[in-house]
Amino acid sequence: MTAKKLHLQQLTLVNFKNYVEAELSFSPQVNCFVGNNGEGKTNLLDAIYYLSFCKSYFNPIDSQNIRHNEAFLLIQGNFEKGEQHEKIHCGIKRGQKKQFRRNKKEYTRLADHIGLLPLVMVSPADINLVYEGSEVRRKFIDGVVSQFNKAYLDDLLQYIRVLSHRNALLKQFAQQRMFDATSLELWDMQLDEFGSRIYQHRKAFLNDFIPLFREHYTKLSEGREVPDLEYQSKLAGASLLELLEQAREKDRVVQYTTVGIHKDDLVFRLGDYPIKKFGSQGQQKSYLIALKLAQYDYIRQQKETTPLLLLDDIFDKLDAHRVKALMNRVSSGSFGQIFITDTDRERLDRLFADIDIDCRIFNIVEGQAQHQTAENHGA
Amino acid sequence: MDLPSSLLDQAVEQFASLPGIGRKTALRLALHLLKQSPEEVSAFGNAFIRMRNEVQFCSRCHNLCETELCSICRNPKREVALLCVVEDMRDIIAVENTQQFKGFYHVLGGVISPMDGVGPNDLQIESLVNRVAEGEIKEVILALSTTMEGDTTNFYLYKKLAPFEVNITTIARGVAIGDELEYTDEVTLGRSILHRTPYEATLSR
Ligand SMILES: [Zn+2]
Repeated sequence: MTAKKLHLQQLTLVNFKNYVEAELSFSPQVNCFVGNNGEGKTNLLDAIYYLSFCKSYFNPIDSQNIRHNEAFLLIQGNFEKGEQHEKIHCGIKRGQKKQFRRNKKEYTRLADHIGLLPLVMVSPADINLVYEGSEVRRKFIDGVVSQFNKAYLDDLLQYIRVLSHRNALLKQFAQQRMFDATSLELWDMQLDEFGSRIYQHRKAFLNDFIPLFREHYTKLSEGREVPDLEYQSKLAGASLLELLEQAREKDRVVQYTTVGIHKDDLVFRLGDYPIKKFGSQGQQKSYLIALKLAQYDYIRQQKETTPLLLLDDIFDKLDAHRVKALMNRVSSGSFGQIFITDTDRERLDRLFADIDIDCRIFNIVEGQAQHQTAENHGA
Repeated sequence: MDLPSSLLDQAVEQFASLPGIGRKTALRLALHLLKQSPEEVSAFGNAFIRMRNEVQFCSRCHNLCETELCSICRNPKREVALLCVVEDMRDIIAVENTQQFKGFYHVLGGVISPMDGVGPNDLQIESLVNRVAEGEIKEVILALSTTMEGDTTNFYLYKKLAPFEVNITTIARGVAIGDELEYTDEVTLGRSILHRTPYEATLSR
């Protein structure tokens, strides 16, 4: 299958997190950001993430990503997608609406940009997928599906709106000590409508996704453990309308909606055990990387574009053979452009020593990025 | 901003309490009034006082008026069989401007939106049902905004009006999608009022 190549040629930052000003030109293959913790390696990945998703991977409050004591921030990227040139501009001023432009044209809806520049981020923060509540795992699914399915994103936004109305109504019933079945049904019908579609999309997505995930995990772990991933939704057993009817008394008591696709979850297992309780750190990390690589393959298939791959500090807790399995894939060229952060320059040199690939290394010190010439690497 | 006169300060405060007016603009407006004659300013102020005290709501359609019934409801040449349901009186102005509608109106006063604390009982729905129950109205045209809340209200009205022998229609979809009726241009709005379609009893699009 031929996928369009996507790559970021140049990144310009002004007042983004700890960067005063930076301009970086990238290799279409591998780019490494090397430096100690806190110097700003991950911030560069986050800036790239911004250009794809219109927001930070780490901090959803835009103004908090502006450099301390400054009034605005700017992120600009020059991308090449197939033959097409894309210039993306993101500007944030304190107290003002975020500006997001594609080739000088401002978006009216940020949601329209999602999916143009597919990207997958692998980060230590992914561990939240294992330990935090189901919301994080739903967001994982939603994030993948929204990148190629606009209708899904719209349904999701509508569903959330209906849900807010319904919850507000349940609260008012309780406050006014009354109940009006007709009013509630209006919102039940709409929850059912949007919810059923979202459920069908999630189910279809996971049907395709789970085999990809298993394959990746098996490669990373060399077949020692059998991974499992299960989509849990009450909609599997009954329509949402039926579920809402059954839950009506309960909903009235607790004053919010207790069933629906906003309660769906993903269950992560190794063999018969949840990885949350029984997985080692290495197993958990492999599990998460496999999830993200499956996401990568899935998005590439759907978008027919090679996504950018951002690997944040992933070598630390992986044992040697897992790292090797991953690097084999990097060297086989099955990825497009890759961005890697690491604290250990020597480790990177070793990893890329016998891989024939264009690799650019940037030393990151106190919010400054310096390109190391290729000659002193891999020699 | 410290002002030399507390009277000026009060006037500025009042202007600044209006939507979209900041303190700077409020000061400019207040100083402008100071330059005018006392008579002119009295006329200015009295206009608001009289508006607030004397404006009433039409007892039939809930449009604004100064008598028991509004000028539209008093007009014997209008068609009793047609009733157009709108959110507020600005929509009446929009529809009237098209000159394509000769029936009567009913102002709901908003749309159902629990998030904003608006339920069916906060709207003029009971009085609408009563009007339809009188039996003279043959067609009810729903002209609410095409938002989720507008659609929801349409559906609620449809259910409430189902027991009566009355056709329920909507103005053509795609006319005002996402927009409020008052922003739709007159020609398109006029056309869609002429080509209204039977209401489909569904909340899906
Ligand atoms: Zn009237």
